[in-house]
Amino acid sequence: MTVTLDDALARWSPVIGMETHVELGTRSKMFCGCPTTFGAPPNANTCPVCLGLPGALPVANEAAIRYTILIGLALHCSIAPWCRFARKNYFYPDMPKNFQISQYDEPLCVDGWLDVEMDGQTHRVEIERVHLEEDTGKSLHVGGATGRIHGADHSLVDYNRAGIPLVEIVTRPDIYSAEVAKAYVAALRDVVRAIGASDVKMEEGSLRCDVNVSLRPAGADTLGTRAEVKNVNSLRSVERAVRHEIVRQAERLDAGQRIVQETRHFHEDTGTTTPGRSKEEAQDYRYFPEPDLVPIAPDAAWIEELRSSLPEMPVERRRRLTAELGLSEVDQAAMSNAGVLDLVLATVDAGAPAADARNWWLGDLLARANAADVDPGELGVTPAQVARVCAMVTDGTLTATMAKEVFAGVVETGDDPDAVVAAKGLRQVSDVDALGAAVDEAIAEQPAVAQKVRDGKTAAAGALVGAVMRATRGQANAAVVRTLVLERLGVPEA
Amino acid sequence: MAITRDEVAHLARLARLALRDDELDHFATQLDVILGAVARVAEVAADDIRPTSHSVPLTNVFRPDEVRPSLDPVASLAGAPAAEDGRFRVPRILEEEA
Amino acid sequence: MTDLTRLTAAETARVVRDGEASAVDVAQAHLDRIAAVDERVHAFLHVDIEGALGAARAVDERRAAGDDLGPLAGVPLALKDVFTMAGVPTTCGSKILEGWRPPYDATVTRRLKDAGLVILGKTNMDEFAMGSSTENSAYGPTRNPWDLDRIPGGSGGGSSASLAAFMAPLAIGTDTGGSIRQPAAVTGTVGAKPTYGGVSRYGLVALASSLDQAGPCARNVLDAALLHEVIAGHDPFDSTSIDRPVPEVVAAARRGDVQGMRVGVVREFAGEGYQAGVQQRFTEAVELISSLGADVVEVSCPHFDYALAAYYLILPSECSSNLARFDAMRYGLRVGDDGTRSAEEVMSLTREAGFGDEVKRRIILGTYALSSGYYDAYYGQAQKVRTLITDDFTKAFETCDVLVSPTTPTTAFRIGERVDDPLAMYLADLCTIPSNLSGGAAMSVPCGLAPEDGLPVGLQVMAPALADDRMYRLAAAFEAAHTEAHGPILDGAPAL
Repeated sequence: MTVTLDDALARWSPVIGMETHVELGTRSKMFCGCPTTFGAPPNANTCPVCLGLPGALPVANEAAIRYTILIGLALHCSIAPWCRFARKNYFYPDMPKNFQISQYDEPLCVDGWLDVEMDGQTHRVEIERVHLEEDTGKSLHVGGATGRIHGADHSLVDYNRAGIPLVEIVTRPDIYSAEVAKAYVAALRDVVRAIGASDVKMEEGSLRCDVNVSLRPAGADTLGTRAEVKNVNSLRSVERAVRHEIVRQAERLDAGQRIVQETRHFHEDTGTTTPGRSKEEAQDYRYFPEPDLVPIAPDAAWIEELRSSLPEMPVERRRRLTAELGLSEVDQAAMSNAGVLDLVLATVDAGAPAADARNWWLGDLLARANAADVDPGELGVTPAQVARVCAMVTDGTLTATMAKEVFAGVVETGDDPDAVVAAKGLRQVSDVDALGAAVDEAIAEQPAVAQKVRDGKTAAAGALVGAVMRATRGQANAAVVRTLVLERLGVPEA
Repeated sequence: MAITRDEVAHLARLARLALRDDELDHFATQLDVILGAVARVAEVAADDIRPTSHSVPLTNVFRPDEVRPSLDPVASLAGAPAAEDGRFRVPRILEEEA
Repeated sequence: MTDLTRLTAAETARVVRDGEASAVDVAQAHLDRIAAVDERVHAFLHVDIEGALGAARAVDERRAAGDDLGPLAGVPLALKDVFTMAGVPTTCGSKILEGWRPPYDATVTRRLKDAGLVILGKTNMDEFAMGSSTENSAYGPTRNPWDLDRIPGGSGGGSSASLAAFMAPLAIGTDTGGSIRQPAAVTGTVGAKPTYGGVSRYGLVALASSLDQAGPCARNVLDAALLHEVIAGHDPFDSTSIDRPVPEVVAAARRGDVQGMRVGVVREFAGEGYQAGVQQRFTEAVELISSLGADVVEVSCPHFDYALAAYYLILPSECSSNLARFDAMRYGLRVGDDGTRSAEEVMSLTREAGFGDEVKRRIILGTYALSSGYYDAYYGQAQKVRTLITDDFTKAFETCDVLVSPTTPTTAFRIGERVDDPLAMYLADLCTIPSNLSGGAAMSVPCGLAPEDGLPVGLQVMAPALADDRMYRLAAAFEAAHTEAHGPILDGAPAL
């Protein structure tokens, strides 16, 4: 390629729209009671309805409708007071009925937005629509070189996936860089995950992206011809696919050639796109309202009930954490990546200061979890217990070192921190009388050090404090010991 | 003519019907007559009328998200013209998925 | 020994219940009758001898055990071949499903079995229910027992012929534009289309989803009502199924009086194209109804003149989509798979070979009517006309309890007479189509023989949605009075 990305971006402005399909994590399929479990033997999860046998009829899954509305609400959409399913008619062997039950001009949710934060800036991506449809079966292409269609001799079809509910989310052509496109998908994924509607794993196909890219001259406001890129199976691929398209289209436009409106296939290995079926005739899907399903008319009360059941959305939660708790973006990213963000928040809810909660979960507890090869949430230490330990450190009952021993005990025995403290006899000793003897003894054993302190080198007191700590097996309150040492040696505290 | 032979050929392709030439001619003539008769729906003034898609006044008919027994895969595949490895065997597919 | 095949369904059930005959004897008598006459009539595509005798035996066993038998237990029945029946061939009158044995029962099939009805077999029909004469069956036509050179009506000609030839006392049909009522009219039997949504469509192979409805066929109104109550009622497997109590049609059929009922004669169902003898018997029927104490008025439903046009846009559109699943991939016929052809080619060759002409015509018409650019003018506009037709009914039912008309403009025409003229064939549905478009209830009951040809004429009674009981009430009262005056209509049928 002769054009670099920067070259291209100097002359051309990319306009990007995203179409995302989310496979809902319902127990049963969209229109029948077959299970949605992954990995079943081929065609084990099928019935007359999802096989499209003559005479079979669909009945809509209530949970799928609910999740779709929740996603719409989380994306700030308006929910249609009345809408219908529609048939999208086309022939393909993985489509049991040779029409897909979807929604056409009456989507369940419309006109929303999602804020995408990147490098300190907020990009508001407009959501055109969110609608509900059913997934197709899966074909294995046999006989060709790469397992793809070209050169295949025949195909084998498994309809286990046919009929699984899919939510389609379409943005307006409202994204202007590859980085934001990628961040949008990540943000959308976080929203859907927060709702619990899907496990949204791109690598498993429960989150699929089609990327639409067009270019226009820098500064213009007309839209250019777009290409649709499919088979984009990871966040990184979203970015790479967009960048490739920008360069590819720029080269053509620079050379005076037109962009063909077509579907292109993204290749992971080369990072390039190649044309799929050329759309000389645009597909005519002959949409009409699905006569076998009656309209959906969610009433205002139900929508409000769903709205109030929405958990805190990731963006809002991050903002709240930053403001209320003084946790920075970097902190949040670290906690999120380690899988401890919710645990930290719960610990804060249980009364611990945010910084302490963060430190324990990201530090000692994470290390223990990694050593035991479990998720931090499965370690056996609850946020309430962590909050209790923090309190005991703050009030002087425990030293930091003792606290670690307490956690070890909690993990081992399952007892609460107080019980572990009692059982192990761990109690930070702060009592001056109790410590006095140990301080005197340490001074007696290190006369040279004691003299240095008397002579004004207060820093040398550390060795004496250390000796007391060892003698008390770490249970002495170090600060109190230091004060006592300086007092005994007649030196004012610095 | 309301509908030409070429249009019928196009529609037959869309509908996956491999019509023979004589059928194309025959159907084009017949469909032209039928279309002429049914097109009279246009005579009815209906700009402000809502179309009826369902004659039963129901809304919100749902089922709970519960698993029900599926068919035995042997039964699902029983009617298949061809099967292999528990899957429906179909001839080579030309087009990429839509 | 009573001829068990000449009894009504209600009588048959009583005979079995009282032990006068076993269900097996009853079943066998009907199987014998089928063997004796069906070669000439061709009502059945498949006779399920083993299944029928097995079901009959089960009824006898339950009776012996002292179990409560339902009102129709042990009664033989003919099931239109458009309903799935597990393990039994279901062809819908088409080559594309030749040999297909479904892995599941339709809800209607299951309810029939649960009620102890003895399903004798699957009856012939126009292919995928498209037609008014049963000549579109890929397996050859059914013949009208009144005159074997004439059509028995369609699409459910097999069901009605089986009744008229005494091969079964009960049958089940489906009605999308008149496919139960018109065959009933031309064979001198009774057929009802319940309110849309009144009977489950799960397992009913779809023609036009927003119009199709399953219904009872019998030789008299009470039998039809009894069967109606067995099959009707909410089904969670059908989203369009009505979730309300089944109208009390049996009680209505037994009621016997129509004093004060307001009966509307629809002005638009008369005139050119209506056979003189049909109009005459209809007029006489209206007079008889009036003499029973009903108030007869004339009403106008002006948009009914557009019903045929709207129907022949809506139906092909929906069926072009419903029939797309027949593509040789998962079941049914597969043609042309020689190892070199693509899936797309095999689909096209199979559908070309497996579908008959009428099916192909309607698929193409429907594909056209839904096409981008044509949708608004055709399908969209037809659905608006449908609203206007429904409004006409609503207005008429403000002043009437029921409406009446001839069921179909002519008596049974000859086999081959209209087969090359689709539009002429469509005219048979002129009176029946509006009720399918509105979703209301309608039924046909015999009202005599046409003087010019001695062939049966049907009276259609229409009621508002959910008021099926009203039509049974009027039909039963009329039937009683007409039979008293003229004798049972089937007594006039030639012996086979």
